[in-house]
Amino acid sequence: MSEHISNVTFHDRVDDALRNQILHTALDRATGRFQSLRANALAELQDADVVRDRARLIRAHTLSKLDTYLEQFVANVEKAGGHVHFARDANALNEIVNEIARTRNVRGVVKGKSMISEETHLNHALEAEHIRVVETDLGEYIVQLAGETPSHIVAPAIHKTKEEIGELFHQKINIPYTDDPALMTAAARHVLRREFLDADMGISGVNFGVAETGSICLVENEGNGRLTTTAPRIHVALMGIERLVPNLDDLSVMLQVLARSSTGQKITVYTNLITGPRQDDEGDGPDELHVILLDNGRSKVLATEVAEILYCIRCGACLNACPVYREIGGHAYGSVYTGPVGAVLTPALEGIAPWSDLPHASSLCGACRQVCPVRIDIPRMLLVERDWATRAGKLQWWLRLGLRMYSFTVTRPTLFKLATTAGRWGSRLVGASSGGWIRSLPPPLNGWTQSRDFPAFAQKSFSEQFEASRKK
Amino acid sequence: MNQRQTDAPHSKARIIVYQIQKSRDTLFFMNANAPRRIQLFATCLIETLRPQAGMAVVNVLEKLGVEVEYPRGQTCCGQPAFNGGAWDDARAMARYTLDVLSKSDAPILVPSGSCADMIVHHYPEILAADAKYGPLAQEIAARTYEFSQFLVDVLGVSDLGAQLDRRITYHPSCHLLRGLKITRQPAALLENLQGGEVVPLPHADECCGFGGLFAIKMADISSAMLDRKLNAIESTQAQTVVGCDVSCLLHIGGGLHRRGDKIETKHLAELLVERTRA
Repeated sequence: MSEHISNVTFHDRVDDALRNQILHTALDRATGRFQSLRANALAELQDADVVRDRARLIRAHTLSKLDTYLEQFVANVEKAGGHVHFARDANALNEIVNEIARTRNVRGVVKGKSMISEETHLNHALEAEHIRVVETDLGEYIVQLAGETPSHIVAPAIHKTKEEIGELFHQKINIPYTDDPALMTAAARHVLRREFLDADMGISGVNFGVAETGSICLVENEGNGRLTTTAPRIHVALMGIERLVPNLDDLSVMLQVLARSSTGQKITVYTNLITGPRQDDEGDGPDELHVILLDNGRSKVLATEVAEILYCIRCGACLNACPVYREIGGHAYGSVYTGPVGAVLTPALEGIAPWSDLPHASSLCGACRQVCPVRIDIPRMLLVERDWATRAGKLQWWLRLGLRMYSFTVTRPTLFKLATTAGRWGSRLVGASSGGWIRSLPPPLNGWTQSRDFPAFAQKSFSEQFEASRKK
Repeated sequence: MNQRQTDAPHSKARIIVYQIQKSRDTLFFMNANAPRRIQLFATCLIETLRPQAGMAVVNVLEKLGVEVEYPRGQTCCGQPAFNGGAWDDARAMARYTLDVLSKSDAPILVPSGSCADMIVHHYPEILAADAKYGPLAQEIAARTYEFSQFLVDVLGVSDLGAQLDRRITYHPSCHLLRGLKITRQPAALLENLQGGEVVPLPHADECCGFGGLFAIKMADISSAMLDRKLNAIESTQAQTVVGCDVSCLLHIGGGLHRRGDKIETKHLAELLVERTRA
């Protein structure tokens, strides 16, 4: 599903990201702001912890009976006049959309934000059929103009500063340079208004599908989602099979934590609840509604130790809280889903072998787990996938060997003592005694000493000092 | 003698009945029912790199009249292999350590948040399917405590009569903070230091970038994270950074030393025995 460029490694992308000062400015500004907004919004919610527990229970319950709820959801979408399609994988989804477009003579498509369409690279598939695709979420629009991919689940253009975007708009949509967000937004709105009116098809994502009513819930702040789903004559909604809630009460619980965790809002500016296409007695809305449910590995993940990652409601809080994400941004991950949730989800959906670096790209600090509205134990999932990586032979040989030798040594106290003595001699050899520091370590340990000194081995170990103190 | 309920949401919270304990020259209010004997799991880093932190722990405990057992043959809890993804090796080390610790029925004190977290939370997880060691892991986990947690929650002591003579700041290490959820215990111990000054560390709860092998495997990212932490520390103008994890402190200390900073790092126990007020 993702274009994995095999000759560019994770480490290459990280190098680029760490050197990119503009990226750092952009990430610092945005993640810092998101974090404090989130904290304030949750502090205002009464019994926030109880609501989060409830949200988690709803996700757990839904996934434990996913087949039942899917069946109910499909029946109710159809009852409301919508069409439902199942896509086993990315290609199948793209083919279904193309087929709908072909048979209904679609020339132009406007899109609301959809991570599923990123997952399947839908834009490429449509463009290959000579269909014009325009992103209408402002962040997605920026990313599309720049010829890039989103680097954040919620804020696709988080990696760009407003100055960069001003330059981009100046070049691509011919407006005088400005870094005033209000002016840039107005310019984008002006361009996009035309596109909404001309499009034959609107493609949107889905935040939640409500099984009991067959409704799809779409939250957004720009109104582009509402226009995408109502102005064109065909609405195609894309969702992962896991994105269900049983009923409207459950939906309200999820909505209480989603916007707060994501952008720090009590509720998003637009909360669209769409049930079927335009009915006979309604003035607005599309003639046809198609809901496409994508599996693409999800049903397989349900049976693994990391099934819990499917509880995710895509709020992006874990990205904003993650100290690693803040240093390297989303693109360094190389995957569609980035940050802590992406580091777990990507190997789960696509296999560990091509993505074995991602679960290791974490200090396991637990900030993600702390902010997750549905309390996914992300560090735990990362650890499980590290174990997968080792089993798949993806742990670097020197680490594999090193850890094996280490484990052999520390389960044999005499050997451990010997190793400690060796470390002491080694320290002394490089001229560092107790309390001293070693300035450079040989490969593969030189990563440590690139930015910090390493402490010398104590000339008298703790056990020796302790024994000596007993003899007094 | 007075009685009160601790406010700990922790499962190990209990009603503490205080008594006056005279130890050496000082009087302490202490939990009358607290164990008077512990086994110290010193951790591999204290054994090899920072023995003075271990000796400080011993001094604190003995000052409070708690006998310190040192189980022979103890080495490393296995966290490097567990975090590195070598779970078979981690299990071998966990079983080994459980054998070492199960010879005595005394509570286990670990002067490290991450090693305590490993024993308390991860041993039972990785050995869940082990008929012999699974239940043993649970039993050991239930009587394992981190240093500050043991002092405040079990012994009921948060004032050791320690004196402070400079400006310090406290770094709450990640596994201590978010793994074991230990915050108020070190805070209570720091609050009762007299003299000197405890300055809040900006963005204190952010990771220092250590993460075990992460610091070597992902050295660039780790270094960038460390830079932020060091900047925050420098901004406090503290002379000493205090923590409950020697691992993170050595990481931070190595960074400070590389920068040529004179700021030193100390385990909380070291600070508590440094100076006693008259």
